[in-house]
Amino acid sequence: MAKIVRHLAAMAAVVLLGGLLSATLVRLAPGFEVDEQQLDARLSSESVQALRQARAGDRNIVRFYLHYLGRAMRGDLGESRTLNRPVRELLSERLPVTVRLAGLGLLAGWLCAVLLAVGATMARRAACDLAATLLGGIFLSMPAAVLALLFVYANAPACLVIALVVFPKVFSYTRNLLARSYESPHLVTAYAKGVGPLRILLWHVLPVTGAQLLAVAGISVSIALGAAIPVEALCGIAGIGQLAWQAALGRDLPLLVNLTVLVTVITLAANWGSEFAGQSFKTSAA
Amino acid sequence: MRRVRQFAWLLLALTVLASLGAGVWAPADYAMQFREVPNSPPSHQHLLGTDELGRDRFSRVLYGTRISLLMAPAAALLSTLLATLVGGVAGYLGGWWARAAMGATDLFLSMPWLFLLLVVRAMMPLNVAPVTSVAVTFLLLGLLGWAGSARVLCAGVRSLHDSDFVLQARASGLHELRLLAIQVLPNLKPVLLAQFWISIPVFIISEANLGILGLGVSEPLPSWGSLLREMESFTSFGFEAWKLAPLVLLVLVVSSFQIILSQEEVYA
Amino acid sequence: MKRRPLALFLFILLSLAAALGQSGGELKFYVHSDPKTFDPLAVADDASETIRYLTGGVLLRVNRRTQQAEPELATSWTIARDGRSITFNLRQQVYYSDGSPFSAEDVAYTMQRLMDPGLHSPTGDAFRSGSGAVHSHVDSPTRITITFPAPVAGLDKLFDQVAIVSSRSANKERAALGPFYVADYKPDSYVLLKRNPNYWRRDAAGRQLPYLESVRLGIQPNRDIEMMNFRRGEIDLINWLDSEYFDRLALQSPALVHDAGPGLDSEQMWFNQAPNAPIPAYKRQWFRSTNFRRAVSQAVNRADLSRVVYGGHAQPAAGPISPANQFWFNSKLHAPSYDPTGALRLLQQEGFRLQGTSLVDREGHGVEFSIITNAGNKSRERMATMMQQDLGKIGISVHVVTLDFASLLERITESYNYEGALLGMANTDLDPNAQMNLWLSSAENHQWNPKQKSPETAWEAEIDRLMREQAASLDPAKRKACFDRVQEIAVEQQPFIYLVYKNALSAVSATVANASPVVLRPQTYWNIETLSMRLQTASKH
Repeated sequence: MAKIVRHLAAMAAVVLLGGLLSATLVRLAPGFEVDEQQLDARLSSESVQALRQARAGDRNIVRFYLHYLGRAMRGDLGESRTLNRPVRELLSERLPVTVRLAGLGLLAGWLCAVLLAVGATMARRAACDLAATLLGGIFLSMPAAVLALLFVYANAPACLVIALVVFPKVFSYTRNLLARSYESPHLVTAYAKGVGPLRILLWHVLPVTGAQLLAVAGISVSIALGAAIPVEALCGIAGIGQLAWQAALGRDLPLLVNLTVLVTVITLAANWGSEFAGQSFKTSAA
Repeated sequence: MRRVRQFAWLLLALTVLASLGAGVWAPADYAMQFREVPNSPPSHQHLLGTDELGRDRFSRVLYGTRISLLMAPAAALLSTLLATLVGGVAGYLGGWWARAAMGATDLFLSMPWLFLLLVVRAMMPLNVAPVTSVAVTFLLLGLLGWAGSARVLCAGVRSLHDSDFVLQARASGLHELRLLAIQVLPNLKPVLLAQFWISIPVFIISEANLGILGLGVSEPLPSWGSLLREMESFTSFGFEAWKLAPLVLLVLVVSSFQIILSQEEVYA
Repeated sequence: MKRRPLALFLFILLSLAAALGQSGGELKFYVHSDPKTFDPLAVADDASETIRYLTGGVLLRVNRRTQQAEPELATSWTIARDGRSITFNLRQQVYYSDGSPFSAEDVAYTMQRLMDPGLHSPTGDAFRSGSGAVHSHVDSPTRITITFPAPVAGLDKLFDQVAIVSSRSANKERAALGPFYVADYKPDSYVLLKRNPNYWRRDAAGRQLPYLESVRLGIQPNRDIEMMNFRRGEIDLINWLDSEYFDRLALQSPALVHDAGPGLDSEQMWFNQAPNAPIPAYKRQWFRSTNFRRAVSQAVNRADLSRVVYGGHAQPAAGPISPANQFWFNSKLHAPSYDPTGALRLLQQEGFRLQGTSLVDREGHGVEFSIITNAGNKSRERMATMMQQDLGKIGISVHVVTLDFASLLERITESYNYEGALLGMANTDLDPNAQMNLWLSSAENHQWNPKQKSPETAWEAEIDRLMREQAASLDPAKRKACFDRVQEIAVEQQPFIYLVYKNALSAVSATVANASPVVLRPQTYWNIETLSMRLQTASKH
């Protein structure tokens, strides 16, 4: 219990630090204080000044962040500058979309990757390994933007794009880990003694590689979230990926800080969850 | 598999030679604009057709190969080394060190690094040479691309930390650093190779996407990433197979790297 | 005898068909972002402007084809001799979409809100001619006089942008006097506009307009997807079409694409002449030399830019006003011809010389500079690359740097940390008074050297004088003469190196009847009241 509390406290500290760092990065980036509207030749100099002043309040990043934390405690996450809507409303509308998209994509990506890696390794045929490598190489080399447009063109579900982005990365790690495991002398002996391939996989390979595979599972959440940005932006899917891209282009500080906090929480939860599972895995395997 | 590996070596060698000899093989300078024939299909004069400014696509693929083939693996190596350093040392030391390092890694994974890249671009002079801009881009990619793999490495090191052979090596008086370098890390080669192999195409594509920030390759210098971006307009313009040349080349080169680097002879 | 019932029957059948063909239906097209506001007075983005055009009732409308002001909610108007006031006679028996009556009080309320200094609206700022309040005097429910502190040039046509809001309705922003009202909005998805049941306008046969039942504005930022969906028949028009897409679509369905000729928009580059710019002094000296700018202008092949980048759907540009602006265009001006030899001669006059293949200045500095432009705009990226090659032929080394828009904006408006910039001008207003803040040397948007305390050059002082003179005059001929001279100075001095005027390209599905695209915005649906949907069959383009 104490361990869990310690972990949660550490998580909270990391999240808070992440929010502040993110706010600092956005504040330091060029273009923070400008607004596209300034280029409208019809605007008077007073109006242009007013546009500049609108962002002046956020110049002091520490003050902004403390103010933000105070409001966040009360459930007020601020208002998006680019969309003129409460951030809370935006996140509650869009988060389920991305969770669904990335979740399905992750599931499908992992399924393909593991099946292919296991198949290629267990088949012990050069042709199978080569085919799997080439397939992985194709999707690894294809820009996510092109994949996304291809799927829009074909009216196919966008989550498959995420799957195709995740799959080659997971496949690469999985295939290499499994291949290394299968090299172990005790497995060679087991094969020679006629132990079935499924038994070898479940009882002798996965326990050894489990911790690392779970770590891959943790980072694949970040990969999926990262892929969601171009996929949502290009496919016109109103998720947090699209929101993040619009916010970045518009230097929308309130939105970006909230999105960073959200992504940090998800990343921490995924990675620390996989770490815990890895440790329990080791314990039970032992 | 040996034949396949030989073919992979041959392909890589040919690609490297072709790119180094681009000045000889290329029918035209990569920047030369044949403005009478923009967007033309393959022909005798232009083997892969021309791009929207009438530049010979075949020449641009050759010259672009130089940039991408040199820079992307170097950046991939950098990110792999960083992942090894952070993940390996953290996993080996364990305890508080590992928790702090992995917390920092997760923070690293969550940060909007786009803004750091914007700051870097803002600090660079506008008249920087294209090659310098590319080098800085790939350096940044290498410095930012280590976090995911560090986690996997950390998990791997921790699982090996208490294994029998490591305990035996420690008991026999082997120094910790030597233990890490000689006994532990070689067993993590699968992860290191995976990280390296994945990073190459990811960095090539990312370099093209960083063009939106003013980083990456600047005109008229070509790169695989910038050539791959031509494919984005296929939905409006239909399928033009010759535009797939950079993709095919990238797939072959990346797959060749994977085949060459994976030493495991699992198969008969 | 038997033929008469048959003739009658056929007549009824044809009339019915005509009536059906001209009523009902939903027009679908895309806007490229969510509207930032539904308040028609605070409009500053394209999506909100689209909604304002379709829902807002205005006192007068500039006919997008003839470019002349025509009565709308005002049946007539007079501008006072001193140009400081305008009196409108308003249409009677007009009601908002929610049933509330329209009167002069609503106009007064609208002007009061529009001129609120806290609103900072581009529409409102266009009326600001001097310090002091704007007064509205309601003479009667159908007559109002609006008085300004100083004369406002082109006063009447400015009201084309002012949607009259209700002073009495519960939902002021949503009550519409235009052909449609906002019925539904789903963020990131669509805005649904429905036919205003109380719209005042009727067609020649006395039928109430608009013909369309509804307009669905999908929200789609991606132009590739827009094009794809147009070809699939999922949307009915593309209001602004890129030249590449235009040519591809024209190959398959030439009847669907429209090239209305040069639009109001231009693409131009300029050099940074700001005295406090963090650039080397010798470069600042180059950029401030008229001959240098003219040489660069002459060395650029505008015909190639039009042909290669825009597929011929653009025209080499001379000055700030395109021929699409029928009244204000100065027909005496011509685009600089492509003349690299002439360019080198001009440079030699300034002490530049060729050293091998590189141009150097008097002090031996190699002539090189960067041009920044916004990433993602393929046309600009390509133009910059072509200019790089053109200028390379006269020994000038150009670095093309594409930046995200916010970073670019920061450089050209705040830090002035740039050398050359390539951007475009989207002209929504025909009257050059809308460009006051571009031409006045003291203005924010005087891009090459903004916010000057006093004009640094004689020609900028002359432009200041001419712009103020045309703003204070009510005589169109005098105003034209002043602004003609401003255009001539701009061409002589080349503070902006105008490159091309882009053509107004659009695509309209065959299912849309009465479409007649023009150059002025909104090109395809400017006559929305009379658009209708033909009976649809399989409509993949």
